[in-house]
Amino acid sequence: MTALSEATPPGHGGRRLFDRVTRVRELGIVLALAALFGVTGAVNPTFLSFGSIRDILLNSAIVAMLAVGQTLVIVTRNVDLSISSIVGLTGFGGALVLADSPAVPIAVVIAGCVALGVVCGAINGLLVGVAKVPALVATLGTLYAFRGIDYAWAGGRQVNAADMPESFLSLGSRSVLGLPLLALVALIVLLAVGWMLRNLRAGRELYAIGSNPDAAVLAGIQVRRRIMTAFMANGALAGLAGVMWAARFGTVDATVATGKELDVIAAVVVGGVAIFGGSGTVFGAALGALLLTGITSALAVLRVDALAQTAINGALLIAAIVLDRVLALRVAAALRRRRYRDAR
Amino acid sequence: MAVLALSDVSKSFGAVRALRGVSLKLEAGEAHALAGENGAGKSTLVKILSGVHRPDTGQILLNGSPVTFGGPADARHAGVAVIYQEPTLFPDLSIVENIFMGRQPRTRFGRIDRAAMAEQTGRLFAGLGVELDPEQAARGLSIADQQLVEIAKALSRDAKVLIMDEPTAALSGNEVARLFGVVKALREQGCAVLFISHRLDEIFELCQRVTTLRDGTPVAEDLIADITPDDLVRRMVGRDLDALYPKQDGVPGEVALEVHRLTREGVFTDVSFRVRRGEIVALAGLVGAGRTEVVRAIFGIDRQDAGWVEVGGRRLRPASPTAAMAAGLALVPEDRRQQGLVMDLSIDRNIALAGLAEVRRGPLISRAAEHARAQDWAVRLRLKFARLSDPVGVLSGGNQQKVVLAKWLARKPSVLIVDEPTRGIDVGTKAEVHRLLSELAVGGMAVLMVSSELPEVLGMADRVLVMHEGRLVAELPRASATEESVMSAATGRTAA
Ligand SMILES: Nc1ncnc2c1ncn2[C@@H]1O[C@H](COP(=O)(O)OP(=O)(O)OP(=O)(O)O)[C@@H](O)[C@H]1O
Ligand SMILES: [Mg+2]
Repeated sequence: MTALSEATPPGHGGRRLFDRVTRVRELGIVLALAALFGVTGAVNPTFLSFGSIRDILLNSAIVAMLAVGQTLVIVTRNVDLSISSIVGLTGFGGALVLADSPAVPIAVVIAGCVALGVVCGAINGLLVGVAKVPALVATLGTLYAFRGIDYAWAGGRQVNAADMPESFLSLGSRSVLGLPLLALVALIVLLAVGWMLRNLRAGRELYAIGSNPDAAVLAGIQVRRRIMTAFMANGALAGLAGVMWAARFGTVDATVATGKELDVIAAVVVGGVAIFGGSGTVFGAALGALLLTGITSALAVLRVDALAQTAINGALLIAAIVLDRVLALRVAAALRRRRYRDAR
Repeated sequence: MAVLALSDVSKSFGAVRALRGVSLKLEAGEAHALAGENGAGKSTLVKILSGVHRPDTGQILLNGSPVTFGGPADARHAGVAVIYQEPTLFPDLSIVENIFMGRQPRTRFGRIDRAAMAEQTGRLFAGLGVELDPEQAARGLSIADQQLVEIAKALSRDAKVLIMDEPTAALSGNEVARLFGVVKALREQGCAVLFISHRLDEIFELCQRVTTLRDGTPVAEDLIADITPDDLVRRMVGRDLDALYPKQDGVPGEVALEVHRLTREGVFTDVSFRVRRGEIVALAGLVGAGRTEVVRAIFGIDRQDAGWVEVGGRRLRPASPTAAMAAGLALVPEDRRQQGLVMDLSIDRNIALAGLAEVRRGPLISRAAEHARAQDWAVRLRLKFARLSDPVGVLSGGNQQKVVLAKWLARKPSVLIVDEPTRGIDVGTKAEVHRLLSELAVGGMAVLMVSSELPEVLGMADRVLVMHEGRLVAELPRASATEESVMSAATGRTAA
């Protein structure tokens, strides 16, 4: 039917279905979230209280922001394992400067942390994009390297809330328009990055690189530069997350955020971002972060013991991936039938 | 003055000298053909013009002055649009995005202008008569559809130089005619065209001039008006050719393959036919008629929704290529890169892959047996290679196709299904492949052949089955199969 001029062009039905289908992944997480809140709220209504929801938003803000950054890297068919160390390094560094040199304005400290994150990201980008070290290996290396620097810098020292200015700590607990400030920051980042990925050439090129790296070169895309940018943007967000961590928890030492990278990658995958690149959105990734945090809180409210929680999280991760796969096959079959009917 | 030219260019890959002292001029408003056997260096030349490879010696001249293309982006800025031999699509992205990737139209604020993209794609597709949904993801498109998207991509560029490396290899007459219509219009507007095809009639229809390469060396440049197709073949292979369709008549034996009311919803409906031992049956039709999909379902790659397949009287388990292979079925797929070959594996290993049982010595695989077998087939199919241990990925397109053929022929199946068996294979070897298929059939094999090349269908088949929009609409015995009768069935003009 492709080549026949007398055949009718595909109608809008196919288009609309296609649109719906691409949104299905996010929709699934929204449904899961609704179920989670519904069920847990029914068992224990305090879960739905203002304070509890505020806490969940606060707790997911940092992971969500990291998930947004990680998505930038994963769509290019790479991965950044080192983010937890970048968060640790910038979180501790920022807190230390605030505690030891109260004269430095808070805005400068935040900017400094972001800049430090960009530098760390650039190192990753150089290793992966330019030196062509596989991302898994390169960022595993920097995961240890950045953490090592962190340890050396700290020398066993811990910065306590009492050492930091109150105006900084309040950033971690303040609300604007009823939303926790940190959640608001994460939301703004999410919307901005989501818009850029969809509407800018650079954004689409990240998807192209992940979808077919060889073809990306032939299409004249500056693959190296784009990969660098993705890692640097991810580093910047990790730096920002580092300051947010310090403001939120008050007490920081060199072990901050250890192991967080796996939570972040889990959120991204649950959010429907393909681990081999080329597809998925930051909105999905952020929803994934919200869902995983929500589950942790719900399990605590339901008094499931902490060891079982980890296992349940794992099971949910696998369930999400299986569901995603089944859904994708279903959708492909539905599309095929739909196209056929359109062509009749 | 030539828009784009090569002057005395050479290029080697390790010990392989792909090009030696090649000069070529692409003039505005002229279509220039590049002819040569598989591995002659045509695609290498294309990749030098498009900035993928740098010449070892010699120069690229743009409007008469030397330039260096550091990469594909540079060539693109110089106004060179390229259709590569192997599709280069992004499977996760929509067709529109594929067409415009890297140079999407933008609004004043730098935002991608989706409306403009959709509008331009609509116009391009109308001109080419393509009926694909532009919002559909590129994943899962047939080879022909992929080629159509590649063509649209190149044509969307307002290029000064249009380079096409075997753009028609999987297309049937209708699509080719439309493509040529568009390209001729571009040529008349002053575009310079470089065209590569192993279908010589296409060269004679589209081009004014032809350069012939043999083993990387230019052997002739002629005006098309001055030569005949036979002259061109002689320049390419250095000798006269035997018959292109050396068809021997076999005696049809018992039914080897029976397909009964096979249906895959949305793809093909109610397809029934038989293939006997000793017979070559061709499955003809336009691009998108569902031929490839039918053979994929027969081999068990896709699951059918209804109907069944019998091989040698025994019903096949659906959706199981393993069962199909065990029953003696072999499929040479149309998409060699995705389904036919392991690109990083060596030539001999790829050939041995489908018949590991025969090169096994106890639990181990005998390298010597693998090698001997590959050597034998390499000679029979005139494979051009440096070493059998080289990865298949570095072979030229046509030579990769030969490896896919060797891999399945070496299995000696009882039913052989070939999907576009000679896609990208040069005229000399084409005759050889045809002779082989004919011999195998006479020797008692049942052969089912999907081909978009009508002369091949008419020249080789004992019976022609014609598909139109997912249905079998005609069955023509050799005697009554003509270009006319097949095409009118394929376009749905005659009912079965
Ligand atoms: N990247 C590479 N590495 C090593 N050898 C290569 C590479 N690319 C091409 N070759 C070799 O260069 C020679 C010319 O290949 P090329 O692809 O240009 O042939 P071609 O004329 O396009 O053939 P075909 O008609 O089969 O497409 C072949 O011998 C091939 O094996
Ligand atoms: Mg080639």
